[in-house]
Parts: sequence; C-alpha cells; structure tokens
Amino acid sequence: MANIDLVNVEKKFGDVFAVKPLNLSIKEGEFIVFLGPSGCGKTTTLRMISGLEAVTDGNILLNQRDVTWLHPSERDIAFVFQFFALYSHMSARENIAFPLQAAQTPRDEVKQRVAQVAKMLRIDHLLERKPGALSGGDQQRIALARALVRRPAAFLMDEPLGALDAEYRESMRAEIKRLHLDIGATTVYVTHDQVEAMAMSDRIVIMSAAVVQQVGTPTEVYNNPANLFVARFIGSPGMNLLKGTYQAGAIHLPGDNRYPVSPAWQRTLDHHLPGNGAVIVGFRPEAVQLNPEGELNASVYADDLHGGYSMLHLELTKGEVIHARAGREVHMNIGAPARFEIVPERVRFFHPETELAIPLPEGSATR
Amino acid sequence: MSDVRLEGIYKRFGDNIALENVDLNLKDQEFFVLLGPTGAGKTTALRVIAGLEKQDRGHVYLDGETVDSVQPADRDVAFVFQQYSLYPSMSVYDNLAFPLRSPLRQTPEDEIKRRVTGAAEILRITHLLERKTARLSGGEMQRVSIGRAIVREPRIFLMDEPLSNLDAKLRESLRVELKHIQKTQGSTTLFVTHDQIEALTMADRIAVLQDGRIVQVGTPHDIYDRPANTFVAQLVGTPRINLVSAARTDGGLRVVGSDMTLPAPLTSNGKMPEKVMIGVRPEDIRPGSGEHRGQLALVEPLGVETILHIKTGEVTLVSVVAGVPFYRLGDPIAFALATERLHYFDNDGKRV
Repeated sequence: MANIDLVNVEKKFGDVFAVKPLNLSIKEGEFIVFLGPSGCGKTTTLRMISGLEAVTDGNILLNQRDVTWLHPSERDIAFVFQFFALYSHMSARENIAFPLQAAQTPRDEVKQRVAQVAKMLRIDHLLERKPGALSGGDQQRIALARALVRRPAAFLMDEPLGALDAEYRESMRAEIKRLHLDIGATTVYVTHDQVEAMAMSDRIVIMSAAVVQQVGTPTEVYNNPANLFVARFIGSPGMNLLKGTYQAGAIHLPGDNRYPVSPAWQRTLDHHLPGNGAVIVGFRPEAVQLNPEGELNASVYADDLHGGYSMLHLELTKGEVIHARAGREVHMNIGAPARFEIVPERVRFFHPETELAIPLPEGSATR
Repeated sequence: MSDVRLEGIYKRFGDNIALENVDLNLKDQEFFVLLGPTGAGKTTALRVIAGLEKQDRGHVYLDGETVDSVQPADRDVAFVFQQYSLYPSMSVYDNLAFPLRSPLRQTPEDEIKRRVTGAAEILRITHLLERKTARLSGGEMQRVSIGRAIVREPRIFLMDEPLSNLDAKLRESLRVELKHIQKTQGSTTLFVTHDQIEALTMADRIAVLQDGRIVQVGTPHDIYDRPANTFVAQLVGTPRINLVSAARTDGGLRVVGSDMTLPAPLTSNGKMPEKVMIGVRPEDIRPGSGEHRGQLALVEPLGVETILHIKTGEVTLVSVVAGVPFYRLGDPIAFALATERLHYFDNDGKRV
C-alpha cells in the first residue's frame, strides 16, 4: 500500500519539455490513469515514478519518503509493460517465480505465493506452459502475475492492453479492475484509450503537450471538461463544439441558428466572455433531442447504427456537423431536415481564445 | 450501373485455403462491407475482384459480364489501401491528377482539372491542393488517397481497411464522411475491415467471413439482431454479447451455474435442443427491477453509459445502462431480460 506524491516533477530533453512541472497526490489504494495522445508525456511521467527515467526537477515521494534518486529496484514498485517481456525459455510458473527467486525468497514461500496469484488470475492450468504456447491475453495474465507476486506497494502499468486484440481487451480491462478491487494496491496506469481510462480509473489525469489538462473522476471529466482539449478527447465521438456569438441573451450559431441562453448562464457569460461575444457551445451527443419544435435547425448528413443505438450526424451549415445519439430504431434520410434542442442542464460554454470552460453558474444542476 | 457478382470463388495458397466457395452479389450504388478477423480471406476476395489475384475456381462478373480473363487495368476498379501510396514530392493536385495522366487514359487537362477540383471539393481538401503530400497529416493523406480513386470515376471502389492507420478520433470523423460521400455520389463500394463498428455504421449490407467462408450476409440490423452463429454474435457489438449455457427443463431453459430460468420458445421444427447457448446483448439486460437477482461485481463508467457486471450464481452478465446509475459495488440488484430479444444457439453454435 502506498500513496505517491509528485511535487513539481518535470522532465526536459535538452530544451524541450517532455513533462512540464506536475503536481499530483495519489492516494493509497487509488487507481489513477494517465491519459493522452502519443507524445503527451504520460509514459515519461510513469517512468519517472518508477525510476527508469530521472527527473530534471522536482520530487517524488512514496509514503512521504523521498525516492526521487532511488534506484528502481529500491522503490518497491512493480512495472507491467505493454509488451509481455516474458522469458520464452521458461514456463509460466518459472516466469512468475522469477522476481521472488531473484530476491532469494525461500522455496516454500515462492511455491505458495505463485499458487496464490495463479489462482487469483485463474491461470493455474497454464503454469507448466511456455509463453509461446499461450494466447496474448494469457501471456499478459502471466506478466500481471509476475508483478503481483512481488506484493509491491504500487503497480505501474504502461498500456498493458495495447497489444491485445479487441476481444481480449474488453475482458482483460474488467479483470484488471476486478483484481485492483480485490488487492487494493495503488495503481498508476497509462493509456491513450479514453474508454479504458473511463472504465478503470478512480481518477483520470489527462495530458496533452507535456501539460496536465485536467484531473478528475470519469464523471467529472466527461460532464465538466476543463477545456476544449478534454471536451474533444473524452467520449466517442467527443463533445459537439460549435462556434457562436453571444448577443442579447442568445447565441448565434452556424446555419442562422439562434440558441437562447438561460438567465443564470447569461450572468456568467456576461462576466466571462470577451467583448465581441465570441463563444464556443459544447454538448454531448446524448444531450441532443430531436424535436420538430426544437430551436435549432439542421439537415441529416448521415445516420448509422452502432448496435444498441443509432448516431445521427446533423449538418447545421456546410462543414459544421454535430452528432446526436438516438434509439436504434431511428433512421433518417440524408438531406432530410431535422430540428433539435439541447437538454438545458447539459450545455457547456468555452472561451474561444483561452479554450477554457466557462465555470458553471452557481447553484446550477449538473449531471 | 455497376454491380459485382462472385460465383463459387475458390482460392488457395499452398495448403492454405483462403476462400472457399464464396458467392457474393453487390448491387449498384451499394456500400458493401466484408467483415472478419485477420486471415479470414477479406483482402484476398478484394484482390480477386480487382484481378490482382487469380481465383482457382469460380467466376467474377462486373455488370453481368465475366472479367475472369480481363487484366486488372481494364477492369475499371479503384483500390484504396490502408497504407497511403502517394508521391511525396508531388503536390496534392498532381497526386490526384496522376491516374488520369497515365498514357492509357490520356485525359485532356481541362477534364483533369474539373475532376480534381470536384474530388477535392467532395473531400474538403481544396485548400491543400498546392501542398506537397509529405507535409500532410495522416487523415489528409488518406483523403488524398480516396480522392485519387474518386477522380477515376471507376465502376467500383475497393477499399482495404483504409481507416485502420488513423487515430480513433480521425477514424470516427472520416467514417461518417466516407459514408456521406458514398451515399451522395452513389458509388458502388466494397469495403474490407476487421472493425465491427466500421461495418455496422457504414454498410448497407455486411458479409461476415470466417476462415474463407461467408457465414452471413445481411443489413447491419440483420447481423446485430439475428446473428447466424455465435461467431457472428460475438464479432459485433460492444460490450460483447453475453453467452451462457442452458439446459432444457420443464419450465424452460435453466442457465448453467445460476438460478435463472429463461423461456424456451418453439423453433421452426417445433423443438428446442436439450442444451443451448443463450445470447443476451448487454442493452437487453435491464437492472432495477425484474424477476432475476444478482450482485453488482464491477462498474465501468463510460460517461454516456455505464457497464454493470452482475454476478448471479457463478455467471457474470454484462449489462449497459444510460448515464451514471446510483449503484454501488456489492449491491444486490434485481434485473429483467428483454426475452423477445434473446438469441438461441445449438451445440454447433448455429442459431436455432
């Protein structure tokens, strides 16, 4: 069990920041996911926590102890990589036992601890096999077992599902989370897949261009993205974002549309928007409701079935397409007119220059 | 008119049978998707149509005429690959014009200009026409590749996983755009993918390939709602369909490892097998109330919806509900199944 504190941790390669000064307190037993596109600094941050990468400034604390300059092996942290990194000439059992043997653990204890993790991961029947004879999912289970068997204070995982086929990824995702709930060890997990981050984490740290964009629970980052980057990155598709101009209690949107703003939001927008009223309106696809009386007007660009639901793509004006989630029975012809409205408590506004979210009006209902 | 028909296509590479008795019929202006895992034979089928691969048996018909002995260049089909093969030192315009300038075509320059600017407009790359392709993003390069197929005005577009190399967000938006373009241009398209969401969202009809054989052809609704076997059932839909074993009892079908008994409707021959697999889509499990009881084993919030893992006996069912429900881990939970939407499969995995 461990809490981990990152205090002004930064990493530079030459003059270029890979990670700009970053502060984060990871609580004991927490499942933290670092999420972002490739090159955003998430893996570098993980490697600094592990000690595989040295910080250029700042401190890393493990249970309030400064470990910034300790060797990785002295940090009591286990690392699981995207690629399984198993010894191909050893059986699964030998692979799992390896870290314990390296630490000269007594033979009986090795046997007992290997049996225990094998049972937990349901790989008892695979122990005598060599990695080459196992599926990708089973190889990753062995790699997980090898990390678990050490009983480290914290787990660091770098895209452990990245190399798996879609069919394994979904079930392994649930397995790792279930495992986390059972053993409760602090886990720091890196991925570029927002679905994985949402599904698994207690809190998500979203990074882009070496900077933390937002830290929050899955529900927080989904419902109240701190800026345009987060709004686009979270969700599939991301939040609908339309450029508009705020004037006299309403926002003028593409395609001659006019969106009236509630009084509470009006006060907030008056306060936060630049003088010219430029604003970006954001709303999730499920916040769109088709309604022949709706205040907004568009035409159908395309519609498609996603299995359990349909997605309508509505064009307000050429090149401005928004996405609307609808029931699976909904089908509309391309070019057909479509009026819609936005569920009022689900609309968000962003400043077009700073790209930051405009704070919710006080006392507003959020979901 | 452009329609494509494959009749009894058989193709082997050494000992490996790539296609076995494949029949297909693409209608004019149809967006047809070949869906299957790696190695199912999708790309081979595409290459046989293009004439890049010669089938061992069977016939390929374009517009009702056999093209078995027609050279690839004369089949008038356009290929779009996963890897964009553009000339990096040429401008976008010249890349688009390239196929039209080939000695075989000798298209007049004003006609080339008309087609290139038309394709650029459709793909929204007009502002990029003067740029060198080496300086484009992945999404822009794939647009240019598609543009190079469009300018040829071919009978058929053959697309081999054209979106696979793009990141998730780009894939999503290009998917919608491609569908819009195909529908508004009315081009006949055969699109190959291993990605079930691409197949469901873009296709007019889907053919599912497994080990070189076609196991089902149908609209996205058909494939999702009436999968022909457990392979197809598991191939489409996220989260994946729940599959449980059940045995026939007096009252219905008893799910192995749980207390659940589900209805056993009569089949076409009036009998339900002794043992079946029952498929339940996650959205057809409705927590909150109902006759079944379980315990919440895992919660995966995705924002728009939440995945609930419900443990009942030794069986764990995956359910998906809208928004953020107020359940906690370990809570007892009642749930109902949409019994009219259950899928039944026999011992061989075939739908009954």
